[in-house]
Amino acid sequence: MALEEMRQPIESGCPDGFQYMHPVMRKNFGQWKYHEHPRPGVLRHVAHSGDEIWTVKAGTQRILDLFTLRKLTEIGDKYGEGYVRFTIRSNIEYMVADEAKVQPLIDALEEAGFVVGGTANSVAMISHTQGWLHCDIPGTDASGVVKAMMDELIDEFKNCNMPNRVHITTSCCQINCGGQGDIAINVQHTKPPKIAHDLVANVCERPSVVARCPVAAIRPAMVNGKPSLEVDEKKCICCGACFPPCPPMQINDPEHTKLAIWVGGNHSNARGKPTFQKLVAAGIPNNPPRWPEATAIVKQILRTYKEDAKDWERINDWIERIGWPRFFEKTGLPFTKYHIDNWRGARASLNASTHIRF
Amino acid sequence: MAKKIHDTPMLDELEKGPWPSFISGFKRLRDQHPDPRINETVGSLLGQLEHSYETRKGYWKGGTVSVFGYGGGIIPRFSEVADAFPESKEFHTLRVQPPAGNYYTTDMLNQLANSWEKYGSGLITFHGQTGNIMFIGTTTENTQHFFDEINEYGWDLGGAGPCVRTAMSCVGAARCEQSCANEHAIQRWLVNNFTDDVHRPALPYKFKFKVSGCPNDCQNAIERSDFAVIGTWRDDMKIDQDEVKKFIEAKGRQYVIDNVITRCPTQCMTLNDDDTLDVNNHDCVRCMHCLNVMNKALSPGDDKGVTILIGGKRTLKIGDLMGTVIVPFKKLETEEDYESLVELAEEVIDFFAENALEHERTGEMIERIGLVNFLEGIGVEVDPHMVNNPRQSSYVRMDGWDEEAEKWFARKAEQAAG
Repeated sequence: MALEEMRQPIESGCPDGFQYMHPVMRKNFGQWKYHEHPRPGVLRHVAHSGDEIWTVKAGTQRILDLFTLRKLTEIGDKYGEGYVRFTIRSNIEYMVADEAKVQPLIDALEEAGFVVGGTANSVAMISHTQGWLHCDIPGTDASGVVKAMMDELIDEFKNCNMPNRVHITTSCCQINCGGQGDIAINVQHTKPPKIAHDLVANVCERPSVVARCPVAAIRPAMVNGKPSLEVDEKKCICCGACFPPCPPMQINDPEHTKLAIWVGGNHSNARGKPTFQKLVAAGIPNNPPRWPEATAIVKQILRTYKEDAKDWERINDWIERIGWPRFFEKTGLPFTKYHIDNWRGARASLNASTHIRF
Repeated sequence: MAKKIHDTPMLDELEKGPWPSFISGFKRLRDQHPDPRINETVGSLLGQLEHSYETRKGYWKGGTVSVFGYGGGIIPRFSEVADAFPESKEFHTLRVQPPAGNYYTTDMLNQLANSWEKYGSGLITFHGQTGNIMFIGTTTENTQHFFDEINEYGWDLGGAGPCVRTAMSCVGAARCEQSCANEHAIQRWLVNNFTDDVHRPALPYKFKFKVSGCPNDCQNAIERSDFAVIGTWRDDMKIDQDEVKKFIEAKGRQYVIDNVITRCPTQCMTLNDDDTLDVNNHDCVRCMHCLNVMNKALSPGDDKGVTILIGGKRTLKIGDLMGTVIVPFKKLETEEDYESLVELAEEVIDFFAENALEHERTGEMIERIGLVNFLEGIGVEVDPHMVNNPRQSSYVRMDGWDEEAEKWFARKAEQAAG
């Protein structure tokens, strides 16, 4: 097609959300007074005007097919009022002004196989990344891990029995797109990349790859008479940062790409400042299709937290109170030399005091 | 010709269990959708995914695909095993910017579904980790057709690559009593000022805006955006003493002591003998805990604004970083207020574009050059709210002390004069 026939894009950017907002929410924008949580999966917000909006939250498979999306909209038209939103964790929320619509909406969602819940002190939907389905560098799948794990945690999603909310995340590589969570299940590579030296010169911009390495373990080299790259395997931390800019440096390995579990990431400023997650378990097999070993550890951590934490303690608050030695003792997880940080800023993580719990 | 059905014994395991199964959804498209373009593509995709499960490897490679006039917004995916799974050999994702707050009508979702049915695989996610609607799986040619169609009714591509990325905001003032800001306005003022930087990647690396209406930060802005805008207030929190009494009546005094008073990070609350509650608002850090617990009794004050934190990011390359305070408090009421917010963002992005190394995020650049150099670069004065504590090391040259101290007193005098 000739250039002049090509359609110019309309650079409209981010659309205005008000046009899709429930009229009661438009009317009471910025004028909400309080909310209540009548049952798991349902919120009732009350405005200063006395108006109310009811929200029903449901978990889905996140990767929606057209049939599922249309089922969700059909439920919204038939039982709701045609206004929905999606949460940061890909749950769908239906907003209705009429309380009488809440129960039929819940019934219709459950009838269609969706899971109502995920509010307040529940285990929320696991936020997940793309994985083998669509990513170009994944060490594992995301949708499958989340599905297998939510099958086992569904009662904690449908009920609010945790001391506080629990956000679980996954990441299919060590870049950690999944971000910080109360519990994070992330890929951890354990061996240096395997280099297809014949391909490097044609595929990789070598200086960029050298610059990408966090520990300066990569250097240019001639291999079999061709320009390539080599890795100082004593320095290599097996992070996989070189793989995206240089696919011939294959980091993913069916056996040596493992999963690690981290806990205590918390975005909120409530009580303490936001926190990053800390390593608690590694060497977990990347075991499709249902990853039972990872799920077992997550459930063990959740069980211990549920029994031991006080109301309103997130996992990081709980561990701060009981201390890390007791966390490892209570969960039965081993404490190893790998738990002691040696990255930049690591000294701040060492106990420079006599504060010891006995 | 009968279409090829790949055996998927491992994926079939993911149809078991009570949580909704994405595999069952894929199979519905393969088995029930009448259009061969969809049913064959998804059938082939199932085959490739099963192959990944069996071999524990991914088989997608990137490439260069965009729509006419843009340089980004598409995640190109070409199959490395296209010989075995040819119908899904091109399987690109379009990243489309959602409305602020992720609101939709069912009519609009249906309209998007109808467009996607014409050109794509039929798989959609609301939303990806950056915040885009992910229309997953189409060919290079149909990428353009689908974009042309939805762009006509108000939808635009988001960012991909080293550019300003799609922004996100929390549910916000539309449905939350804790909101201290108009998240929607903030998000759209910011990201829509940079549409050129969204669509034509030319920065050192990605740059993300996120907006949360209060310090609960439901949008994870501090932890995962380069430019986090968080609603807050600076006058006294509101206390409804009648509701305090009702709460104590319902939950008991001990509950309030254990779950509210002693959980305050600055111990700024006192429960009086008559069951009224006092707060020392100067010590309060607006952490939100007591407001979360005593939702009816306690509310944010009236003098609302935002705190801006810069430099949050994930692990690559130097490790995870939180954003740090650059603007402790900023009012956002008038058009001029919003314009000055956008100007600050422009300063930050210009400085980032000129000074960051290739593939270096804003937070990493600040780590490398030091916060003070960054502040001087964007024209923001130092403020004690920016640090947890002052310097611990004496190893610094301080012969500019007198002038710096004078600047501080001059700024204080200026503020006092109003």
